[in-house]
Amino acid sequence: MSSSLATVAYIGATILFILSLGGLSNQTTALRGNLYGMVGMTLAVLATVFGPQVTAAGLPWIIGAMVIGAGIGLYAARTVQMTQMPELVALMHSMVGLAAMLVGFSTFIDPAASAGFEGAAKTIHELEIYIGIFIGAVTFAGSVIAFGKLSGRVSGSPVLLPGRHWLNLAGLLVVIYFGGVFMQAHDVPSGLIPVVVMTIVALLFGVHMVMAIGGADMPVVVSMLNSYSGWAAAATGFMLSNDLLIVVGALVGSSGAILSYIMCNAMNRSFISVIAGGFGTTSTPKPAAGGATQPVGEVTPVTALETAELLREAKSVIIVPGYGMAVAQAQHTVFEITKFLREKGVKVRFGIHPVAGRMPGHMNVLLAEAKVPYDIVFEMDELNEDFPDTDVTMVIGANDIVNPSAQDDPSSPIAGMPVLEVWKAKTSIVMKRSMASGYAGVDNPLFYKDNNRMLFGDAKKMLDEVLTALKA
Amino acid sequence: MQADIGTATQPGQSVESGSPESARLAQRIGVPCEIFPGEKRVATVPEVVLKLIKLGFSVAVQSGAGAAANVSDADYQAAGASIVADAAQLWATSEIVFKVRPPTPDEVGLMREGGTLISFIWPAQNPELMQLLTAKKATVLAIDALPRTLSRAQKMDALTSQAGVAGYRAVIEAANAFGRFFNGQITAAGKVPPAKVFIAGAGVAGLAAIGTAAGLGAIVRANDTRAEVADQVVSLGGEFVKVDYEEEGSGGGGYAKVMSEGFQQAQREMYAKQAKEVDIIITTALIPGKPAPKLITAEMVRSMKPGSVIVDMAAEQGGNCELTEPGQSVVKHGVTIVGYTDLVSRLSMQSSTLYATNLFRLSEELCKTKDGVANVNMEDDAIRGLTVTKDGAITWPAPAPKQAAAPAAAAKPVAVPAAKKGHGHGEASAPMAGNKLAILFGVAAVLFWLIGANAPKEFMSHFTVFVLACFVGYMVVWNVKPALHTPLMSVTNAISSIIAIGALVQISPIAGAVNRPDSLITWVAAAGIVLTAINMFGGFAVTQRMLAMFRK
Repeated sequence: MSSSLATVAYIGATILFILSLGGLSNQTTALRGNLYGMVGMTLAVLATVFGPQVTAAGLPWIIGAMVIGAGIGLYAARTVQMTQMPELVALMHSMVGLAAMLVGFSTFIDPAASAGFEGAAKTIHELEIYIGIFIGAVTFAGSVIAFGKLSGRVSGSPVLLPGRHWLNLAGLLVVIYFGGVFMQAHDVPSGLIPVVVMTIVALLFGVHMVMAIGGADMPVVVSMLNSYSGWAAAATGFMLSNDLLIVVGALVGSSGAILSYIMCNAMNRSFISVIAGGFGTTSTPKPAAGGATQPVGEVTPVTALETAELLREAKSVIIVPGYGMAVAQAQHTVFEITKFLREKGVKVRFGIHPVAGRMPGHMNVLLAEAKVPYDIVFEMDELNEDFPDTDVTMVIGANDIVNPSAQDDPSSPIAGMPVLEVWKAKTSIVMKRSMASGYAGVDNPLFYKDNNRMLFGDAKKMLDEVLTALKA
Repeated sequence: MQADIGTATQPGQSVESGSPESARLAQRIGVPCEIFPGEKRVATVPEVVLKLIKLGFSVAVQSGAGAAANVSDADYQAAGASIVADAAQLWATSEIVFKVRPPTPDEVGLMREGGTLISFIWPAQNPELMQLLTAKKATVLAIDALPRTLSRAQKMDALTSQAGVAGYRAVIEAANAFGRFFNGQITAAGKVPPAKVFIAGAGVAGLAAIGTAAGLGAIVRANDTRAEVADQVVSLGGEFVKVDYEEEGSGGGGYAKVMSEGFQQAQREMYAKQAKEVDIIITTALIPGKPAPKLITAEMVRSMKPGSVIVDMAAEQGGNCELTEPGQSVVKHGVTIVGYTDLVSRLSMQSSTLYATNLFRLSEELCKTKDGVANVNMEDDAIRGLTVTKDGAITWPAPAPKQAAAPAAAAKPVAVPAAKKGHGHGEASAPMAGNKLAILFGVAAVLFWLIGANAPKEFMSHFTVFVLACFVGYMVVWNVKPALHTPLMSVTNAISSIIAIGALVQISPIAGAVNRPDSLITWVAAAGIVLTAINMFGGFAVTQRMLAMFRK
């Protein structure tokens, strides 16, 4: 295949990728969008394999590596549970990061790659390698930690080293200094030390960054790492002078950045403050000091039986799921209850907060898995005004996203975060394992409201009991 | 006994009175006879006396107070109340007086200095009464001033309980004056069509009337300027008749407001049409502080079938019908027009019981400690609203209750500046401030100039592609539905395994290259391919799996 033909194929692949992302913006076109993505990828890989840069000697390697990777990937995709999606996505990001790192290294040690560059072009090429490896390493390390946090292998609470911002700054200065050293190096062995040092610093930087971020901010982190993996690909594209890589990397990078931005908006926090991490820890002394913000009143617990009674008498119900539903794997029971109530003529809807769960859209995926039709699943903005006309809201394993102090208490650490106004319904039922506060570490006055009931216990077990009581 | 009461007036001073400690602070609730002509209600009933005593109060009832409501002095005594012969003594010895109607100037004269009165007051309509009460340093809780929108206050809402009684009685009066059955019947003696009842105004009284009339088997239609009550009308078995004109008539606090001329015209046409069709019209339209609106004209009365009935529940405020004579039942143009102003008194047993219960609920709120001492807590929204004078100072009208203020505050958040921003799905987010935008463009221009001045041509073409692709990504992703964020992320993740291309072009050994560590590069590249292939296949497959689950 000639080089021009390969370029044309690349353009085709690029268009398909853009169509793929565009298609994903709507449920009806999403499946087609995914298909576009697959075709685009196939086209890009084939065009490269049969292109001028791959010789016959490489083919067995490529086929072998592809078969191994495909086997692992397909197996993982088939067996992963929908509640584990955040972990899987984080793990996959780490692979992109590692791959970007590896490609950067092999470009670095490949004298043929830098042959033909002179002057400014050579400097830029070296800079590209350096930055490419840096982004790849940060993505890799950050994603591994994110994976650990999401899967519970690493504690979800933020780990804050003293003077962490200075540590980051020092790391950055080291990276810049060795960048200068690297530019001066004329051959591979003399450039090796700066690159290795930089890689280690980058890895530590990635670990440190994600370690400092609390579990509730994971949606932002996951989409941020998604963005990083895109930038890593773009950097690789610059390194190899490959426009396809640049375009696709930029697409993924900017889309991830926008998703992060959307997530931050949903929490009413700036991107910087999320990345700087440590949410919840700086604010814990506040409620303790200002005793006035402590909610007063009594908590009214109910049994599953009474919950079923309330649901049966309701005309309209809104269910607000949170991470607790995912943890308890309760989505199928939720659907059974929904089905039962809908057959009885009760209007059941779902209210999804943008940052419910541990990754963007997490709740939607779980509900979809449980066969809940997507036209009764609504965004916060779509049904927040309907709560006053709702008889019962059921909050399943959510806390901060239904906390009225976000609106009422300007001194609250979550003040200003848009929340689902469940307390405006005639009755709200909160399912929780205990009275513990959410990730933000803020007590929730909702629990003490007159019209609120608490159903304590594991969400799955309690909902099963509710379902049995409903059917009885 | 009187001495006992005397010492109890000043809590704290009365320690020496020698009574058991439960009686130490106990206040006495006095219930006088209602002296308004035709008023048959009484402010408490024996069942409630029992409960008040449980709260720690003692209760005194004027002899004969319950007679019109079929409650004898003996009944009160049996419940634990003491009977006081004349009004003067009762007023003088009771710290708290429960009444139904606003007190007359004479009654205020009997009142003790600094006493407490709970009754209907209508402070807006009775400024002189308010002056008299302040002169007595009285604390007055006007049951009509209850903040009705407070859900906690509903149990104390005497306006509602009394209006419900009136609505029921209005239908009974109509049935009494009407010459036919309410329900349709097919009998051996022939077919009887059901009566058609039209109810103007679906407030508490109107709704009670709808329920009662529907219960008797009539065909019930109702109208109200507040469109939101339509569901309530339907739920009670009525049919909501709309006025063919667009305007919202809710005036706050559950009352209607005065409507525009265009609306009133359309409303008159609708009433005229109903007047011709129905057998019974019950009107309940009241606007606070204003004469009742004239809904039924003489012309409409003339157009009604002979034998029809109009019950005008607004007769006291001038009536909704032009021909109403307040307090009378008259026949004009063959139509009986009932203008009784004492509908509630005509069911005095029921209305007294409900009213007494409302006052008991209020007493509970006043005396949370159950020690027989009323505490007028002005921090409490409900009590704050009720209290029209406190120790001689006028505290009416009360500021809007906090709860009603909350939604307004939420509508324009002060502490929540970013809440309204949303995340701009579909719609444009607020444009950036001009100076911010200028700075952004300035920084971008400098950066671009730096790159343009230094970078070689080769780099620039890549850079162009890069910047444009960033913008394409931004445009394409901005409108994604939040529900699809997870699939979008997994698909972008799959797509980012395009990095495989980088590994693919490196894997082949290059013939003739000098110093190239071929095998090392091949291994590293192969590892890269394995990693990206996991991502590529896994990512697309898992996205496919997820998307297949989304269904309508």
